[in-house]
Amino acid sequence: MPPDLIGPDWQGSGWMLASVFVPLAGALLGFLLPRLAAAMGLVTAVLTAAATLALTLDVMAGGPARTLLGGWAAPLGILWRADGLSVALMAMTATVGVMVSLYAAAYFRAAAHERVFFWPLWLLLWASLNALFLSADLFNLYITLELLGFAAVSLTALGGGAAALTGAIRYLLVSVLGSLSYLLGVALLYHACGTVDIALAAACIADAPRPAMQAATGAMIAGLLLKTALFPFHFWLPPAHGSAPAPVSAVLSALVVKASFYLVLRLWLDLLGGGAGAGGGRWLAELLGVLGTGAVIWGSVLALRQERLKLLLAYSTVAQIGYLFMAFPLAVAGSAVAWTGALYLALAHGLAKAAMFMSAGSLLRFGGHDRIAELDSAVHRLPLTLTAFALAGVSIMGLPPSGGFIGKWLLLEEAFRQGRFGLAAAMLLGGALAAAYVFKVVGHAFTPAERERRVRAIPKAMEWSALLLAVAAIVLGLTLPLISPLLQVGGASAAAGGAA
Amino acid sequence: MTQPVFWGLVGMALVVMGLYALIVHAHLLRKVLALNVMSSGVFLVFIGLARRAPVEGSAPAVDPVPQAMVLTGIVVAVAATGLALALIVRLRSLTGRTFLGGDKGD
Repeated sequence: MPPDLIGPDWQGSGWMLASVFVPLAGALLGFLLPRLAAAMGLVTAVLTAAATLALTLDVMAGGPARTLLGGWAAPLGILWRADGLSVALMAMTATVGVMVSLYAAAYFRAAAHERVFFWPLWLLLWASLNALFLSADLFNLYITLELLGFAAVSLTALGGGAAALTGAIRYLLVSVLGSLSYLLGVALLYHACGTVDIALAAACIADAPRPAMQAATGAMIAGLLLKTALFPFHFWLPPAHGSAPAPVSAVLSALVVKASFYLVLRLWLDLLGGGAGAGGGRWLAELLGVLGTGAVIWGSVLALRQERLKLLLAYSTVAQIGYLFMAFPLAVAGSAVAWTGALYLALAHGLAKAAMFMSAGSLLRFGGHDRIAELDSAVHRLPLTLTAFALAGVSIMGLPPSGGFIGKWLLLEEAFRQGRFGLAAAMLLGGALAAAYVFKVVGHAFTPAERERRVRAIPKAMEWSALLLAVAAIVLGLTLPLISPLLQVGGASAAAGGAA
Repeated sequence: MTQPVFWGLVGMALVVMGLYALIVHAHLLRKVLALNVMSSGVFLVFIGLARRAPVEGSAPAVDPVPQAMVLTGIVVAVAATGLALALIVRLRSLTGRTFLGGDKGD
């Protein structure tokens, strides 16, 4: 195969392999040695984060890297490719991953059964996330999607109660349905192109018969939207995320839905050439924008109406996913700035929502419930947790100087520049509603207690890990010059398209 | 109608039937079966359409790559079915229910 189709990438370092195989090895050892699961899990988390950091620095210095697994080249071999988009999401995953691991070590200290199963499943989930971000092959992506889905479903069921099981079963059915739809698209694409390598398929897709390609991309993207829980496919998300244990909810909301969003973006940019090539691309982008708008409004309104904290946060995730899809019509019509904004929002939401779910878990453990109206006086007992929640809320609302602010600002600027006032109004309304539901929680937490409640002590690690993540979501807003070269995905793929 | 098109259409029919059954049936076992029918349909489309364009001077060959992929897909489908059945059995022993619903509260 001529190498110029794949691009002038340098042969990747071993860090790529390490970022997938270290958590995989940790997960397997955790299954074999359940007594050491927690200690080994923490060590594995640190090692995985270190490998991710090294890979990120490599890619920042040298540009996109690739690895041929087993030395076989595409189309037969499996290609892993790390570009700015991949490593940005992997770095976010590593940041959330280390903090969730610290949190979980304290959270599951007393629960032997959950501890034994949490660590292997969580490390498997991490390994499949990294593999998904690195894969440059449509079928390999299907496998990583399924691995991710199974690990996420098993973690959802970890609590073992009827609500957790029901949420997990619904999640499993939806996840498998989404993957099958994606695989159907891959099958149709393979029929036309005879390859599953993204770069090779992108080169052939322009000459392939258009109805078949539209059916293929339609099936793939529909399946991924179902897995991303974009409105109106969000029905499965709140029960699953709301009923899981706190560290699991944090991982599901912060990372797992981002993986399928990443995949939609990857297909859009690398397979469909940013929607410019395909005739229906523009309409598809507009449709995604409408669904995103619906998600922002509907998710925010429902979040405001929830009486339980974890369900409020789950509906807030539904709303925040909407913003990510509002970038599609803006990016197709205009510049790649919208992609930078959407990615910034995705990273900021990952950090902030994980911090919020972890704070919610501390509050739940502390008071024995997560009914928002009865959170009174929590601020006096758990100041760090409430600070973490409020700081993460600043990013979710999109106030400066948080990461959420930068992302939303870039999108808003682009919407005004193109005269898309409907999209801009929906973004502003979503921000106002987000402020309302964050203050609803914080307000109740600041109310003085009417009567003494029975409370339980919270380990310091649980409070500090949430606070550090929330601070990271704020600091993300100050690091735009450092991170934005990584996120110039639209421009980079346009340049690659020009070269090909 | 050529053979690949025929098998492709049969596979699509299975996918549609499976999707219909997944939506209309409440019993979880039926939903799992519906997903299995659907995945068989997808695999059939994948395999059925996998015929290489005939090279000049030789008989049309069957492309082996989709078969390897479908084999992997079958493994995934079996794993999904196993996980779903384990969860359903546990749900039934806890609550006696074999359908979804009522997971909004605690």
